[in-house]
Amino acid sequence: MINCKEAVARLWSYLDRNLGLVEEQELEAHLGLCRHCCGELEFAKQIRGRLRQPAGEAEIPPEARLKLDAFLKGLGGSDE
Amino acid sequence: MAEPSAAPRQEFEEVVRPHLEYLYALGVRLTGNRTAAEDLVQDALLRAFRGFAGLRNRERPRLWLTRVLTTAFYDRLRNDAREPETVNVDEEFDLFDTIVEEDPFPYSDRVHLDFLELFDDVKLIEVLQRIHPSHRTALILAYVYGYTAREIAEITSAPLGTVLAWLHRGRKQLERELWDYATRNRLLMSRQEARA
Repeated sequence: MINCKEAVARLWSYLDRNLGLVEEQELEAHLGLCRHCCGELEFAKQIRGRLRQPAGEAEIPPEARLKLDAFLKGLGGSDE
Repeated sequence: MAEPSAAPRQEFEEVVRPHLEYLYALGVRLTGNRTAAEDLVQDALLRAFRGFAGLRNRERPRLWLTRVLTTAFYDRLRNDAREPETVNVDEEFDLFDTIVEEDPFPYSDRVHLDFLELFDDVKLIEVLQRIHPSHRTALILAYVYGYTAREIAEITSAPLGTVLAWLHRGRKQLERELWDYATRNRLLMSRQEARA
């Protein structure tokens, strides 16, 4: 049975589905018995959720949009 | 596979335009500010345009554009000599346990969520800037945009094992930096304050 330190070290890889089968089974066996590591797992999910939240592709400010549009249109002109 | 068009700029624009918002948002997260992001996106667009005619696989333009922008980002760091060669990662630090031990929200029964809610998008982007650029890039691509480790390896031209190490080290730095940011900016109630 793996200990808490080993279990915590595997949590994000577990959520990323990057663990091997044996590593995953060892972790799940540990999680079945350890409330602390279940809390760690839940917190790891919350951090991931927080990171993902702003991915709503923040709108480009109008000035930057104009510049990028002009830049796109200018490609293939004098530069090339 | 599409053949290079006789009107490359127009074709390029059609491919790229749907991804402009994404590229800009990714640039803001990588560089930490809007002006630098704008420059980075322009640099990436120019590089992408120059490579467009020779691009053989146009089925996943977003992945390709991400690779171009990420390469431009790394090149800028290299040119500015800003990339730190090594970083000390505190492997022993555990944010979950630290929040329990320090108990910065003594009247809450959801302390970990309360802690994360301290961080709006601006603060989160500030925290990300304190993470080593390679690790930051991997974290952003994986956890903001949902790329797999294999895709990140493709984007960054790094071996899969290296990407997994970046993700691990990036996560440890992120935990540490979230805590340090909160304490440095006095976002947390100290034990003494709680008792007062």
